[in-house]
Amino acid sequence: MGSTLIDGLFVFMLAAFIGFEVIKRISPLLHTPLMSITNALDAIAVVGAIVLVGKHESRLSFILGVLAVIAATSNIVGGFLITDRMLRMFKTSRPTKP
Amino acid sequence: MTALAGNTQHIIELIYLVASALFILALKWMNTPATARRGILAGEIGMVLAIGGTLLQQGIVDYQWIAIALVIGSGIGVPLGLVQMTAVPQRTALSHAFGAFCVTLVGTAEFYLGTPSIPGFKMSVLCVEVILGGLTVTGSLMAAGKLQEVLPQRPITYKGQNFVNLALLASTAVIAVYLVHNPGATHLYPVMVGIALIVGVMLVIPIGGADMPTVISLLNSYAGLSAAAMGFVLNNKLLIVAGALDGSSGFILSVIMSKAMNRSFTNVVFGAFGQVAASAAGAQEARPVKSASPEEAAGILAAASKVVIVPGYGMAVAQAQHKVRELYDALSKRGIDVRFAIHPVAGRMPGHMNVLLAEADVPYDRLMEMDDINGDFPQTDVSLIIGANDVTNPAAKTDKSSPIYGMPVLDVEKSHTVMVIKRSMNPGFAGIDNPLYYMDQTLMLFGDAKVFVSNIVKELSASHS
Repeated sequence: MGSTLIDGLFVFMLAAFIGFEVIKRISPLLHTPLMSITNALDAIAVVGAIVLVGKHESRLSFILGVLAVIAATSNIVGGFLITDRMLRMFKTSRPTKP
Repeated sequence: MTALAGNTQHIIELIYLVASALFILALKWMNTPATARRGILAGEIGMVLAIGGTLLQQGIVDYQWIAIALVIGSGIGVPLGLVQMTAVPQRTALSHAFGAFCVTLVGTAEFYLGTPSIPGFKMSVLCVEVILGGLTVTGSLMAAGKLQEVLPQRPITYKGQNFVNLALLASTAVIAVYLVHNPGATHLYPVMVGIALIVGVMLVIPIGGADMPTVISLLNSYAGLSAAAMGFVLNNKLLIVAGALDGSSGFILSVIMSKAMNRSFTNVVFGAFGQVAASAAGAQEARPVKSASPEEAAGILAAASKVVIVPGYGMAVAQAQHKVRELYDALSKRGIDVRFAIHPVAGRMPGHMNVLLAEADVPYDRLMEMDDINGDFPQTDVSLIIGANDVTNPAAKTDKSSPIYGMPVLDVEKSHTVMVIKRSMNPGFAGIDNPLYYMDQTLMLFGDAKVFVSNIVKELSASHS
């Protein structure tokens, strides 16, 4: 147990640092799409919920799992969709097409 | 059989590793509009891989219900992905709530599956997961309700509010410690989650509209951290990575937002803006202002060579962004240099104004950050303020008694002429009077932002032909 905790903390620490470095460089122009895409990525929590549903260990865990899969999937689909819609709107004034 | 199971487990771990890398790339590519859509693709591939890999897991027997839940979730997700751009802040708050809801449900299921023998470490991260998750669910729902205006937007404050909130949070911590030592105490678990849900409501009650960008970012961070905690509970490194990325993203955004309001985190969370506003609004007196008609405004704009437009939440409320684009076109056609000055907290979430103007087809290289444009105001002929108030208030620089003293603002008063489109002389949401309106170079343009801008556009095109 001890080593899994330490492993997890190492992963968390490194990912948090990468997050800071990467996100610091993101232009404020794109802060709204940034928030919607991190929201979609965060919904990776769906994998935990899928296992709960799939294993069907108790009625309670199954029901909670189904609800959790629904909530997370709506974030994945909605989050990627709206991020894409937003990013398609960003255009420069430099002409790209005649 | 066990060898096979072990192999599958390794394959799943490898898939998660690839997905983690793709998630990091997704965020890295988000740094400029040119590569950002590639970032979405990376994120999507990572997501599909991760879900596909999870389905390989040993012990999964019920694929039918997984499929049903995925389909229902997608059915809810599509309309949420197609909302109007003006509704993006409340949509974002709602999706924070959904994400945290998922995390809280999974944590709860894990608790009831594992009780009464849950190792201390697992139980402690599980408590972190559901406390953070729970308060994010209700907090985000409250924020979404306020943004959608189904809940009162005014901050609600009462005496001893901070004490009550801290006491509630402390009580969840006490129960959590007890549960770590006695994971069989199933009657206490719902109490802990219940209090966390109440804390979420209590934390957002005193938050006013102007503080929404900070609060949404903070809730984003909590949602990420609760997902990371879930990764510890399930020993799933992909979840830890995604949660850490989301948590740090929300954290950075909330730091940027609170800096842009010259307020500390604790001040945003524990000190409602409404309290200071009440005293500031009392000092109102009738002072003369100069106003102008659309014709006069059009004339001044047509004579200018450099124009800066300062949009604020009022532009979003009036849905004026498309008319503003027409104004931008009409002025650009005359050879006038038009740029937009975007304050970091303009609007109701980080980057809100940029998305609205991009939706209206304003080229993004015309959208300037505060620090990049502030030096240019002395050379600006006309600053046109549309639905922004506090972010242009010069009192933030000079008046130590002002509630927003110290907040970085746009130096619009340095431009030759300032025009402010405003419905009336009522102070803005925060209730703070703006001395800019009484200055010599300032003209007030009274009316609805959308109507007024379209009248200016009409005048400009009439005089041009």
